[in-house]
Amino acid sequence: MNMAGVEAPSLRAYVANAPAARFIWDRAASVRFTDLARGTSLGGRLADLARRSVLVTTASQLTTALALIELDGVARRLVILPPDIEADHLGAVMAAAEIDAIVTDDGARPHAAFTLPVRVTCAPSIVPRDETPPVAVRTEWVLLTSGTTGVPKMVVHDLAGLTAAITSRSVADAAAIWGTFYDIRRYGGLQIFLRAMLGGASLVLSGAGELVADHLARLAQHGVTHLSGTPSHWRRALMNPAIGKIAPHYVRLSGEIADQAILDTLRAVFPQAAIGHAYASTEAGVAFAVNDGRAGFPAAFAETIRDGVEMKIVDGSLRIRSPGAASRYVGNGQALTGADGFVDTGDIVECRGERYYFAGRKGGIINIGGLKVHPEEIEAVINRHPQVRMSLVRPKRSPITGAIVVADVVLKSQDEAGNAGQIEVKDDILKFCRAALPRHKVPAAISFVPSLPVAATGKLARRLG
Amino acid sequence: MSVKLTIMQQMEQVAQEHGRILAPLNDELVLANCGLDSLGFAVLVARLEDSLGIDPFTAAEDAFFPVTLGDFVKVYEHGGR
Repeated sequence: MNMAGVEAPSLRAYVANAPAARFIWDRAASVRFTDLARGTSLGGRLADLARRSVLVTTASQLTTALALIELDGVARRLVILPPDIEADHLGAVMAAAEIDAIVTDDGARPHAAFTLPVRVTCAPSIVPRDETPPVAVRTEWVLLTSGTTGVPKMVVHDLAGLTAAITSRSVADAAAIWGTFYDIRRYGGLQIFLRAMLGGASLVLSGAGELVADHLARLAQHGVTHLSGTPSHWRRALMNPAIGKIAPHYVRLSGEIADQAILDTLRAVFPQAAIGHAYASTEAGVAFAVNDGRAGFPAAFAETIRDGVEMKIVDGSLRIRSPGAASRYVGNGQALTGADGFVDTGDIVECRGERYYFAGRKGGIINIGGLKVHPEEIEAVINRHPQVRMSLVRPKRSPITGAIVVADVVLKSQDEAGNAGQIEVKDDILKFCRAALPRHKVPAAISFVPSLPVAATGKLARRLG
Repeated sequence: MSVKLTIMQQMEQVAQEHGRILAPLNDELVLANCGLDSLGFAVLVARLEDSLGIDPFTAAEDAFFPVTLGDFVKVYEHGGR
């Protein structure tokens, strides 16, 4: 056993030391931290899971949260299954991760077909625990990436790395009530879960398939103070009248480019709140947070080592070396970092003045007769139009230039403009684009749509080609 | 509105948006000399798909492109070749 790796307390220790009256809530149930410190959600089966490679596959986020708290430091490996995994990929994931135990709250989940030595049910009804948790191993936390095709990559972290960006300062407020639009089984949501647990703060989780209005109402009911999501999550929430019920002190964005329009809108809707956007990826970890209310990040960030995080830009793409980065992939032989220890994030940045701005994804470039375009830079311009809530720019095949760009746009107010009004707004948005963009980046056509698809990751769903 | 008129109006519109001056439009006009560049044509074809409901070029099996404005209009009138 590697005792050298066990300096950091396990997740259960943080939860056990939390102040009284701290809860994790989801739509159907709640669990009090102090009950969990003395009890178990695993029906007395903790010892059966010791040193195993455990697949955590639950219908509710709450039971995943409970399993993670109980099994960190106990299991050899925790593979956290996101809700949208394709059943076809599960066998490959389980084989590569050498899964020999399952924790679940639902026999109908896709793992049901697999026979394993140990299968444990996790439930939010906490029962007294007479066993002492078998300590202590350094548990591998394995997260699945959201690849668009093929078997997802399995990214290996440990608790120390996952919490490297969580300073005692950032969790000083133990009275905080955290909420997130993310699912905690993805990196962005897991960060919020860990922030709440390390700070001894309560957490409100969303339910599977829960309506935005219902989620917002529950966030309001529990008095959420710290709330996080992707810019797409926030735009969707801002379209819902129930947004008026919440009054967070801290608003956090991550996972997608936070453009100036969404930052300004959130500033206007929550004038008293601190608003920050963080940059993180499953592989690179949390690299930095920007709290000045402006899009992009100060160029100085890239020139100095901050909290152990180093950045460099190679061929326009942001590379990061960080104590919060993952250590490796499970299974596939691919290297997670270059020989220099930097993770290539594939996010393209451009320096303008004293600031870097995110332009888009390396793989998302649209080629218009040889001219390269990032859809995100066009969306950022369209989103600045006062009547626009959100937009998606996509390529359309062209017999002449190979591709051109077209835009799908969601208006803030969808009913006030009749047909004639819509044509006027369309012309106005195009004028707006022509004033700000070279002409190959101006959409050839704009369609108004009632909504845009947001993927399970909270990111705008982009189809390439 | 006739197909021909729609095409001519859209050409004027795209030329104006792209800051181009169009040659006088007639059936014999060679498209390469009309004043629109390839991006202008790409946008024109996309707009015409919006207003006429067809993109005869992308729908075609093999790559072809008419030489004169008259040919171009015919392609749309016949909904492809």
